[in-house]
Amino acid sequence: MKTSMSEQEKQEEVLTPETKTANQPVTRENTHDLVIDVDNVSFGYVPGKDVLRDITMNINRGEVTAFIGPSGCGKSTLLRCFNRMNDLIPTAGISKGEIRILGTDIHAPEVDVIELRKHVGMVFQKYNPFPKSIYENVAFGLRIQGINGKQALDQAVEESLRYAGLWEEVKDRLNASGLGLSGGQQQRLCIARAIAVRPKIVLMDEPCSALDPISTAIIEELITKLRSEFTIVIVTHNMQQAARVSDRTAFFYLGNLIEMDRTTTMFSNPSKKQTEDYISGRFG
Amino acid sequence: MHDISEEIPKHRTANPFASKGGAQKRKDVFTATALRLATYFILLCAGYIFVDIIIKGAPVVFKASPPFVNIDFLTKSPETLMTFETSDGAEHKLDFSDYSQFKRDFPDLKIVEEHSHAFSGGGILGPLVGTALLTGICIIVALFVGLTTAIYLNEYSSKGRFMDLIRLAIMNLAGVPSVVFGLFGLGLFCLVAPVITDAPMESALFTVPILFTKSYISFQGWGTCMLAGGFTLAVMVLPVIIAACEESLKAIPMGFREASLALGATKWQTIAKSVLPYAFPGMLTASVLGITRVAGETAPIMFTAALSHKDKLPWQDVNGVGGFLSQSVQAMPYHIYTVAARIPQSEYTRPMQYGSVFVFLVVVMLFAALSVFLRIHYRKKIKW
Repeated sequence: MKTSMSEQEKQEEVLTPETKTANQPVTRENTHDLVIDVDNVSFGYVPGKDVLRDITMNINRGEVTAFIGPSGCGKSTLLRCFNRMNDLIPTAGISKGEIRILGTDIHAPEVDVIELRKHVGMVFQKYNPFPKSIYENVAFGLRIQGINGKQALDQAVEESLRYAGLWEEVKDRLNASGLGLSGGQQQRLCIARAIAVRPKIVLMDEPCSALDPISTAIIEELITKLRSEFTIVIVTHNMQQAARVSDRTAFFYLGNLIEMDRTTTMFSNPSKKQTEDYISGRFG
Repeated sequence: MHDISEEIPKHRTANPFASKGGAQKRKDVFTATALRLATYFILLCAGYIFVDIIIKGAPVVFKASPPFVNIDFLTKSPETLMTFETSDGAEHKLDFSDYSQFKRDFPDLKIVEEHSHAFSGGGILGPLVGTALLTGICIIVALFVGLTTAIYLNEYSSKGRFMDLIRLAIMNLAGVPSVVFGLFGLGLFCLVAPVITDAPMESALFTVPILFTKSYISFQGWGTCMLAGGFTLAVMVLPVIIAACEESLKAIPMGFREASLALGATKWQTIAKSVLPYAFPGMLTASVLGITRVAGETAPIMFTAALSHKDKLPWQDVNGVGGFLSQSVQAMPYHIYTVAARIPQSEYTRPMQYGSVFVFLVVVMLFAALSVFLRIHYRKKIKW
């Protein structure tokens, strides 16, 4: 990683100003604050059968990091390690290494997974709003934290829906079911629901894979907008999407992290042959 | 232009698709007919049961003149029916209580030719009320235990040998004959179940004194009572309810749970807010059907709760909640069994038999209809 960092800095110098603004986080001075620090992690769903091997990576504050790679390469698995969603599978677990989020080892005994998940939100591949009203969907995370004041909820709901770019479309029917929305709107509702609890990090697991191109474009625009407030990690199958929305990209193959670099570098000048082959569509 | 009509032959040739008959063809027709007849057999059975009971039972409950319903049949408890001829040559048919009144009112009339027909007079209020109470206790106990078990099995338990064993036990419970449940209920609830009392009975299995009071927990059983009957029915319907509840829980998309957990909800918050509300309608409808099924069982209650005859209704002359629950009751299935098989038969017992069955059938079908209605209603309301 150290060497690639220096390469990356060199690369930045030759960037045109245009690409620079597109790919730079808004809070420049925080760029190098570590938010997620993955240190030599191996993970398996069944003991003895690791599906992720020796992963080491840093995810910086205020950046959008994209995970790309062919199906089954472990990118979603790693994403679900960050909020410990893999805990739902009894036999699954990290066999080696440490994941530190905001400086704390998330598997330390004194870490409450409930509190962790309040800081690390998630948006799923298949949009999954609850069969409740739009308002209640967004307020859900706050209600379970015991926030029930009408004013606080109203404000948080409006703010989150505005963030998700959904407010104008739904403000007149907040009490209608969230399931009455279109697919793209439902996914944005899920994003609003995730950011309503103000997490530091938002994990997105192929958020656009079930959506049409127009909805996808809206969500991509939204991701670029959210970057100023949240650190975003997005898993995607769509390389163009990774190129469009992310600051840095990590390429996974068969459970290994092949390469991680600034997106512009990665797509213009990958350092590994495998990455180049995948990006240029030779396999995957 | 190409004219298609020219290509169609003017004269009709031999049909190339004509049936060639043969063994395969006959076999096909035969199979279809056999399958159809077997299906119609169900219709025949159901039709016979319903038509027979409605034809013979409905006239007992309904009548042609206002108020169109035989109110006595629904508001009186079973009594002995007296038929007699008085010395003036008139024939009378009176319930036993009215018969006593009649004798007091007309002391001069000499009664000749007197017959009594047990259980053929009065109505079925007692058994109806008893069955309602038994079913009510059954619902409370069965839903509580069934729901908690299903939630544990589906949401909390990890897979393993022990859980397989529990599931096997539940499935086997469903196959236990109802009379065995009756004896089990007698053995456990009537004779051994714990009660809190100041004066334990000699027959108690063992007693445990409660510290700092004069009371004991005495394992002496609840005796033959509606509580024991309701519990026995509940144990019997448990496998159905657990299965129904588990199915309903399984039908809830995993995404709801994941979304809730990812927002920082605890496991219980997730279950209570993102799973149960959506699973509940399904649980309820399936459970109602299961419970109507056991509400009609005779064997489990005949050892544990049911009386063939009782003068008072359950709420008359009782001593507190404890006294209320620890009394025996009449119940519809047992009443039907009594009037159908345990009393001398005459033409006067027929109305009681058919009337009872008719009313019971209507009640059960109403519950089944309610369950279907609830299901449709909630399906419309909750969709994903």
